[in-house]
Amino acid sequence: MAEPAQPFKTDEVAPGIHFRRGIDEDATPANNGAIANIGFIVGRETVAVMDPGGSLSDGQRLRATIRKTTNLPIRYVVMSHVHPDHIFGAGAFVEDKPQFVGHALLPNALAQRGEYYRTHLEQILGPGKAGPVIAPTLLVKDQSQIDLGGRALDITAHANAHTDSDLTILDHQTGTLLLSDLLFVERVPSLDGSLKGWLAELAKLKTVGARRAVPGHGPTGVDWPSASRDLERYLGTLQRETRQAIAKGVDIAQAAKTVALSERDKWKLFDDYNGHNVTRAYKELEWD
Amino acid sequence: MGLSKSGVLAAVLITGALLGGFHPAFADDEDEKDRAARWKQLQESIFPHREVLDSGGIITVDAPPRALDAALVPVELQMPSGKPVKGVYLIIDDNPAPMAAHFVFGPKADPRDLKFRVRVNAYTNIHAIAETADGQLHAASRFVKAAGGCSAPAGSDEAAAMADMGRMKLRLLGNFNAGKPMQAQLMIRHPNFNGMQMNQITRFYTPARFIRTIDATYDGGQVFHLDADISLSTDPVITFGFVPHGKGQMKVVAQDSSNATFDHSFDVPGG
Repeated sequence: MAEPAQPFKTDEVAPGIHFRRGIDEDATPANNGAIANIGFIVGRETVAVMDPGGSLSDGQRLRATIRKTTNLPIRYVVMSHVHPDHIFGAGAFVEDKPQFVGHALLPNALAQRGEYYRTHLEQILGPGKAGPVIAPTLLVKDQSQIDLGGRALDITAHANAHTDSDLTILDHQTGTLLLSDLLFVERVPSLDGSLKGWLAELAKLKTVGARRAVPGHGPTGVDWPSASRDLERYLGTLQRETRQAIAKGVDIAQAAKTVALSERDKWKLFDDYNGHNVTRAYKELEWD
Repeated sequence: MGLSKSGVLAAVLITGALLGGFHPAFADDEDEKDRAARWKQLQESIFPHREVLDSGGIITVDAPPRALDAALVPVELQMPSGKPVKGVYLIIDDNPAPMAAHFVFGPKADPRDLKFRVRVNAYTNIHAIAETADGQLHAASRFVKAAGGCSAPAGSDEAAAMADMGRMKLRLLGNFNAGKPMQAQLMIRHPNFNGMQMNQITRFYTPARFIRTIDATYDGGQVFHLDADISLSTDPVITFGFVPHGKGQMKVVAQDSSNATFDHSFDVPGG
């Protein structure tokens, strides 16, 4: 018999909003994929999860943490985007029969990548440790609202940005934005959607009137919109210097080694992601 | 073996991209010996009864040892010796269709430096074979760690990709000097579907449709002829050298596997 999942420590970033800080590493057997910020929001009648976690056991521990806090039913499990460090804990919540909430494009993204991610997460964590690919049951196109009992949450489906399946939540009651990977703090951002799209979505998110935000990676609670500054500076530098490289005829391989290096000391895991981000940005911008 | 279209439908894989805290770690399960055997077999089928010599300083191939994006792996071939080269073969040993490109230089070409962007499906050797004017074959190789590049989606908006298909850009790199070689970068908008990408809406595999040939001429003289296959990246980009003599026209004609032809003429400004 496996031991019951142990609760983990969370921060109450705003009344009723609890988040566990992910550690700034890539998934390893030692960290068990618990590398993203994941958490839950408690309403008067029900609970919503965003995100369910980076592995089955990460999700089980989140569930144990929720159960230590409240006995209210877990009605919604919001999957903020297709990346495995955020959603592979979803299998831990199947017994709660929640609505699994995803971007309208998430089913397609999962059809393309889900099994690939699962196989390779298993290679990292060990057989049976990744968790199943869970398909969303409630799709969001543009915007929709869910109510946890006296607590309305706006869920926004974004245009192609960090990925093509990004969702964010606005909690009106506390003026808190749950941004997942539309906001990276301290850990270097990873670009898997559109650079121009991401900058545009950030500009919009800065105007929604929230005072606090929860990033997908980094400290669990940050001031909003001021916490977007570093990310915008990084993405802006990436855009500007990639455009300059293209204009000067610097090829994509060379650009990947030279663009945005002024950002190197400002982010964790910079060397693991920046070259990939430049490649993505170059491919997007060279046709402008 | 000619340039064959692969009918293989691989499992749905995605680029070896690094995604929001996730490094796909691929088991390196094929050892050196298997790779050598694979190459021997390829060599015998592509160049039957011919000897393939060492690079002998005739050709080098460069690619990142670990790909940043498996669907877009930049590969650079250099033939610095000045020995006349007829053409070059680019072979990605462990791709479903290993022969990625056969590039034939015309009289207006400068063959010293060539760049491609390719898809890489698995940890593999990439071989570049120069065929000299006297018919000798010289091989250089490079091992690349990448995975899933062949089935990475061509882009999130297939309809937009089709609508823009065939758009071209030619960029001249460096300074123009009549009679002196210069580099040019040719970009062609084409999804280059290889039959291994899934349509995001229908979830069926998108039928293969890819650039098969490109001919570039400069004022009527051939710069290059390229036979390509499913391994070139979406929106193929090729950097090549040519020798301009003054104001002229670079004409590019590309044909894809559905026999659609795309052509464009670009002004090459004089000095």
